[in-house]
Amino acid sequence: MQQVNGRDSDAPRIRGAAWQRVAALLSAALLVGSMAFAQQGGSATVSFQDDISTLDPQVGYDWQNWSIIKTIFDGLMDYVPGTTELVPHLAESYDVSEDGLTYTFNLRQGVLFHNGRELVADDVRYTFERVLDPATQSPGQGFYTTIAGAQEFIDGEADSVAGVEVVDDYTVRITTSEPDASFLHKMGLNFAHIVPQEAVEAAGGDFGHNPVGTGGFMLKEWVLGQRVVLERNPNYFEEGLPYLDEMVFQVGVDPNVAFLRLLQGEVDVLGDGIPSARFTEVMDDPDLSQQVARGEQMQTGYVTINVNMEPFDDVRVRQALNMAINKDRIVRLINNRAVPATQILPPLFESHNADYAGYPYDPEAARELLAEAGYPNGFDTELYAYNVAPNDRIAQAIQADLAEIGVNVALRTQAQSTVIEAGGAGEAPLIWSGGMAWIADYPDPNNFYWPILACASNIPGGWNWARYCNEDLEARAARADTLARADQQEARVAEWRDIFMEIMEEAPWIPIFHELQVSMHSTNVTGPSAIFVDPMHIPVHYEMVRKAE
Amino acid sequence: MIAYLSQRVLQAAGVLLGVSIITFLLAFLLPADPARMIAGRSATVATVESIREQLGLNRPLPQQYVTYLGNLLKGDFGRSYAQKADVTRIIRSRLAPTLQLALVGILFELLIGLPMGMIAAIKRGTWVDQGVMAFAFVGVSAPQFVVGLLLIYFFAYLIPIFPLGGYGTARHIVLPAIAVGLAGGGWYARVTRSAMIDVLRQGYVRTARAKGVFPSKVVFKHVLKNAVLPVVALVGLDIGVFMGGIVIVESVFGWPGIGQMIWQAIQLVDIPVIMGGVLVTALFVVLGNLLADLVYPALDPRIRYS
Repeated sequence: MQQVNGRDSDAPRIRGAAWQRVAALLSAALLVGSMAFAQQGGSATVSFQDDISTLDPQVGYDWQNWSIIKTIFDGLMDYVPGTTELVPHLAESYDVSEDGLTYTFNLRQGVLFHNGRELVADDVRYTFERVLDPATQSPGQGFYTTIAGAQEFIDGEADSVAGVEVVDDYTVRITTSEPDASFLHKMGLNFAHIVPQEAVEAAGGDFGHNPVGTGGFMLKEWVLGQRVVLERNPNYFEEGLPYLDEMVFQVGVDPNVAFLRLLQGEVDVLGDGIPSARFTEVMDDPDLSQQVARGEQMQTGYVTINVNMEPFDDVRVRQALNMAINKDRIVRLINNRAVPATQILPPLFESHNADYAGYPYDPEAARELLAEAGYPNGFDTELYAYNVAPNDRIAQAIQADLAEIGVNVALRTQAQSTVIEAGGAGEAPLIWSGGMAWIADYPDPNNFYWPILACASNIPGGWNWARYCNEDLEARAARADTLARADQQEARVAEWRDIFMEIMEEAPWIPIFHELQVSMHSTNVTGPSAIFVDPMHIPVHYEMVRKAE
Repeated sequence: MIAYLSQRVLQAAGVLLGVSIITFLLAFLLPADPARMIAGRSATVATVESIREQLGLNRPLPQQYVTYLGNLLKGDFGRSYAQKADVTRIIRSRLAPTLQLALVGILFELLIGLPMGMIAAIKRGTWVDQGVMAFAFVGVSAPQFVVGLLLIYFFAYLIPIFPLGGYGTARHIVLPAIAVGLAGGGWYARVTRSAMIDVLRQGYVRTARAKGVFPSKVVFKHVLKNAVLPVVALVGLDIGVFMGGIVIVESVFGWPGIGQMIWQAIQLVDIPVIMGGVLVTALFVVLGNLLADLVYPALDPRIRYS
């Protein structure tokens, strides 16, 4: 080869300027890399008042364990941190058939459980059998009965679930008995987070205290009644996550003491939020208020009106009640940690009707409507409420508002389980839902209908405390839920919007406010504000928390 | 002595049996459904029914009780509805902290109550007497939650001598034990004051004081003799009661005791844990009283086992 300028003439020539570009790129890469490296590491402590009852994904369903389970385990689907946007997670991709009945999930390869074994499609099959198995006592069992063959499996008539098919090691096909529009959301629930059979069996019935999953954190230590310590999973399939090396969850901590610990730097995140008595002080402080995050929740606080009990069987009475409540005042009672509700669905939902103003606060008109219905002098009734603050004060405010229009309310503030019992038995005329209901399990309007407003849940023991049942709307709801294809979604959102508008006309509830999640963290940790008030990884999306510089 | 002991053991067994029956009935009479609490808000009625079936709650009550008793005699307290773990293990994790707080709490009750009673007795009738006894009873009447929070605020936050609640080292037990001591010290103060006044009224003491001498050693020996019986009775009661957990102090200080465990179980209607906690409490109350009764004759030969 002829040499030109000392170089092989056929070799690509690298000019001087290009070297500068390469050098710039390299140093930029080094900088970003070192920043990412610097962001990595550290430990954070979260405080909770109540204990973490279990870390078993098919069983755990309380405030403390919901997002801890999401850090230890993974599901086929998940949500973009801090949002309600559904995306594939353990599944790399998925296909939905034309008829909307069959979902084919292509699993990521090389995902390892904490015990070192690779996750395969058979683990998905085992997980669904586990959640449906009556012996597991899963609260989420009912979400997956739309899978073909699920009921036969539950009833013991089949050894396996016909609708869950292991195609090969990395492909699983799930068929539903009819199109289920919220199916993919259900794949993101904790109840469908994948578990390894050998670890479940080795735990001898106590998998809840010996969790083994694929998630970013692994269980390091659990001192019963005191603390749970998680350590970073070095093999986590999400690159660079989690940022922290360790998370410590302290339980049994009174919220007031937790707040003091945060100020001392011993606690980094208040799992139960800012104690009411300190709230104004924190928000007024220029430094402390920087450490507070606020976010919307899929939550509504409402009063249920028992439509079977006189005089509430008359829609005019129910509408009058709706017009009597001063929602702004109630929101002020809780330091504005909520927005007044005009309707049942919170603004986070697409089917929320932003143009609907709801029932106006108009005690005059309310009194007129009551008179029209035959109660010019009002009547006596009872309001049940959870006796823990601030629900008792909210109940008193409602009582005062209703007294204004001549409705004399006797308060029944009781323990949570007692109120739930009374509601389920259909004995309570009015119930304030605070502290007990309703946060949606997933961002789909049907989760605000089926458990709490449907004819199907209008049964003894059901959570439809208003005993509301509209057969026409029920049929429309069922049909809306079969609109599973992507091209049908716009129609579905509109249909649910209409359904909820019709329910508001019939006024079985008084929607009062949508609570905001307010959380406070120390200066030791940082991250996008939304992850501290994550609407899905409630309350905090732990994998995204970093130590502050 | 043996006859006495065996009689007391039989009595204890009877008491425990009675406690177990009553608690069992109460737990099931609660207007709350454990199955629904576990199933949570979104479960279908079919799921709630299934869970109820799995927990064995559909069987007739007497049958459930007999099964429970049978397991109990084998040392099996059953499985927690909420945690799905063995209740025995849960209770065992709470025993050591509960015992520590009970014993150190009693120690502080004595440390606070006895000196207060003695000072009040010596300065009997003066404002010191009134003041000390008033303080003792403020301690008894003040809400323990408030006292606990104040202790934490002043001695763990403003002046960080002690940790902000929690469990682990010797420093962690001081504030909770002081909270317990303040609450119960008043009773010990009263008993000690009475005992001391009795002794101070004795002729030889009054003579000595008239001469300007305070025969402390003799006085204290007699005071101790006088006060020891009621104090021992109180300690016996306290051991029993405290081993049932001191819920409020445990809640404020985050002390992982049995009281906190039972309280949380009640919220969740976790019947096996409630039963286990109450039975363990009853066992310690019975033991505490038995211990006190056994110690009496050793302290006062006039008392016989009967």
